[in-house]
Amino acid sequence: MSKGSKHKVKKFGMVIDLDKCTGCGACMVACMSENNVPFKENESKKLDSITWMRVYKLENGKSFPEADICFLPRPCMHCEGDRGHAPCVSVCPAIATDYDHNTGIVSQIYTRCFGCRYCMAACPYHARYFNWRDPVWPEGMEKFLNPNVSPRMRGVVEKCSFCHHRYQLALDKAYAEGRDKIEEDEYQTACAHACPANAITFGDLNNKKHSVYRLKKNPNTFRLLERLGTNPKVYYHSSREWVRRAGDNYLKHEAAKA
Amino acid sequence: MSETQKVSASDNKRKNTGGTTILFFLIGVAISLAVGWVIFPKLLYLKKSQPIDFSHAVHNEAVGDCDSCHFFREDGTFSGSPTLAQCIDCHEDVQGDTEAEQIFVEEYIAQNKEVPWLIYSKQPDCVFFSHAAHVKKAEMSCESCHGEIGTSETLPIYEENRITGYSRNIWGKNIAGIKKHTWDRMKMDDCGECHEEETGDKGSCFQCHK
Ligand code: HEC
Ligand code: HEC
Ligand code: HEC
Ligand code: HEC
Ligand code: HEC
Repeated sequence: MSKGSKHKVKKFGMVIDLDKCTGCGACMVACMSENNVPFKENESKKLDSITWMRVYKLENGKSFPEADICFLPRPCMHCEGDRGHAPCVSVCPAIATDYDHNTGIVSQIYTRCFGCRYCMAACPYHARYFNWRDPVWPEGMEKFLNPNVSPRMRGVVEKCSFCHHRYQLALDKAYAEGRDKIEEDEYQTACAHACPANAITFGDLNNKKHSVYRLKKNPNTFRLLERLGTNPKVYYHSSREWVRRAGDNYLKHEAAKA
Repeated sequence: MSETQKVSASDNKRKNTGGTTILFFLIGVAISLAVGWVIFPKLLYLKKSQPIDFSHAVHNEAVGDCDSCHFFREDGTFSGSPTLAQCIDCHEDVQGDTEAEQIFVEEYIAQNKEVPWLIYSKQPDCVFFSHAAHVKKAEMSCESCHGEIGTSETLPIYEENRITGYSRNIWGKNIAGIKKHTWDRMKMDDCGECHEEETGDKGSCFQCHK
């Protein structure tokens, strides 16, 4: 709505420091409980499980003493593409997912989604998940769901929302206090809050005062599959060359971007 | 009888029934219209009374202000319907002689049980609505979206859609969708219509959805 009220357009994004990430999985747990993601009877069945935030383990494939591993947390990249032309948004036949030009957040409206799963096929990051069943919560746990996030039903796709409900609530607080703008720390995602290593930094990529603005400019910063033109808003940082190389499909003779 | 005779006989029959066919067709249309516009809406909505009758008129005089019962919490969220905490100061004991008050004190206050108020304006679970944005930022009056409830003598009958479970206030009382006031209807397009007027932009999905 900022067009009418002349605010500066925001572009929320994340910088994840892979040198700091220990792979503890706290972000995954925090994300699930924040966003009412239900447990599955068998969480080892990966075709069935839903992980808006997922930590991958990368290996450099070398043997001792050069062996090295890296953990890579993967939320939704909230691709901007070319002016909002994200892969998932452009294929959705129902406009159940749209690109918010005021925040840069890619939405998913569960009640509009009819489960064709084109978006899942289009997403190069596997960030989208399908609900094969209605959610079942362990006895009594339904009382502890987050009221600010609507639960999903069978037959719809879901994904990370950058905890945009926290943005809504932060705005609510600002308006009630007579402010128009929110501070950097008033809107943070659950995973960024939970990370014990402070590997995840979240903020407005357009705002010079936010840490992400500075961090994304580091020469050791890269994005996943950047060359597809998805223009993601999640940046990764690593001082290790092989990790940066793993971010895209480079040919043997090519040098990694960063 | 030859073939030609057979044909002309049935032709005659068809001509005779022409008028009656049209008549039955028109009766059918009339019945369908009546079912669709009058009977179906009656069947569709289940009428429910509030657990106790409550007069805003009486209380506005006693309390003076809407925000002693409907207030903003410190974090900017809106308290919505009042809880017993907002009533107990005055209603620990019955003070008047109305039946409603007696029921309220005996069945709820004395047993420390919250009143299960029915919310006329309740939106579906997937909708995010912000009172702060409208009441504080845009300085809109309560009446502009809720009509006269805030000054009424009694709480209106609540009507629940039997299929969706939503309150009738979302679709509106007028089955043809004719709207005279902002508060007559509060569907997605009604929110969007006002937003477009006020800000020139309908907004993206995540503005009002969660
Ligand atoms: C400032 C004091 C005050 C507060 C706070 C208050 N009431 Fe009352 N209430 C009154 C008075 C005065 C009457 C009128 C009593 C009479 O003479 O019948 C009344 C009457 C009523 C009645 C009888 C029917 C009617 O509305 O006239 C009900 C029911 C009732 N109150 C419910 C509530 C509920 C529910 C709350 C909390 C949301 C509440 N009251 C809070 C003062 C208060
Ligand atoms: C003494 C407490 C009290 C005061 C003061 C009060 N209300 Fe209420 N209000 C209630 C109660 C109780 C209800 C019934 C619960 C319900 O229907 O949500 C209610 C319901 C409403 C509703 C209907 C909400 C819905 O959609 O169901 C509106 C609108 C409303 N009040 C507006 C106002 C306005 C405007 C004022 C000030 C002029 C006001 N109220 C003052 C107690 C109060
Ligand atoms: C822009 C329109 C608008 C304005 C202005 C507005 N409301 Fe509301 N109100 C709504 C909508 C929409 C809901 C339903 C919210 C939901 O279900 O998420 C609602 C819900 C409520 C409820 C019930 C909340 C609950 O779930 O318990 C109360 C009570 C209420 N409003 C009172 C007020 C009062 C008092 C004012 C004035 C200070 C006011 N409203 C101003 C649109 C409005
Ligand atoms: C009669 C006019 C009107 C109606 C009806 C209305 N709104 Fe609004 N709404 C406004 C105005 C004015 C603003 C403030 C816009 C601004 O200054 O950015 C606003 C702001 C908002 C915001 C905050 C946007 C932001 O940028 O923070 C939300 C969320 C919202 N409205 C949701 C709704 C929903 C949901 C409904 C329908 C149930 C609704 N509104 C109905 C006028 C209206
Ligand atoms: C201005 C606020 C607003 C915006 C923007 C908005 N919606 Fe809605 N939406 C609502 C409200 C209020 C309702 C509930 C009332 C209704 O059913 O019309 C709703 C209902 C819906 C429903 C039906 C849900 C149900 O359970 O009945 C769907 C589906 C939906 N919206 C999809 C979308 C999509 C997709 C977008 C983005 C293109 C969007 N909405 C943008 C306010 C909004």
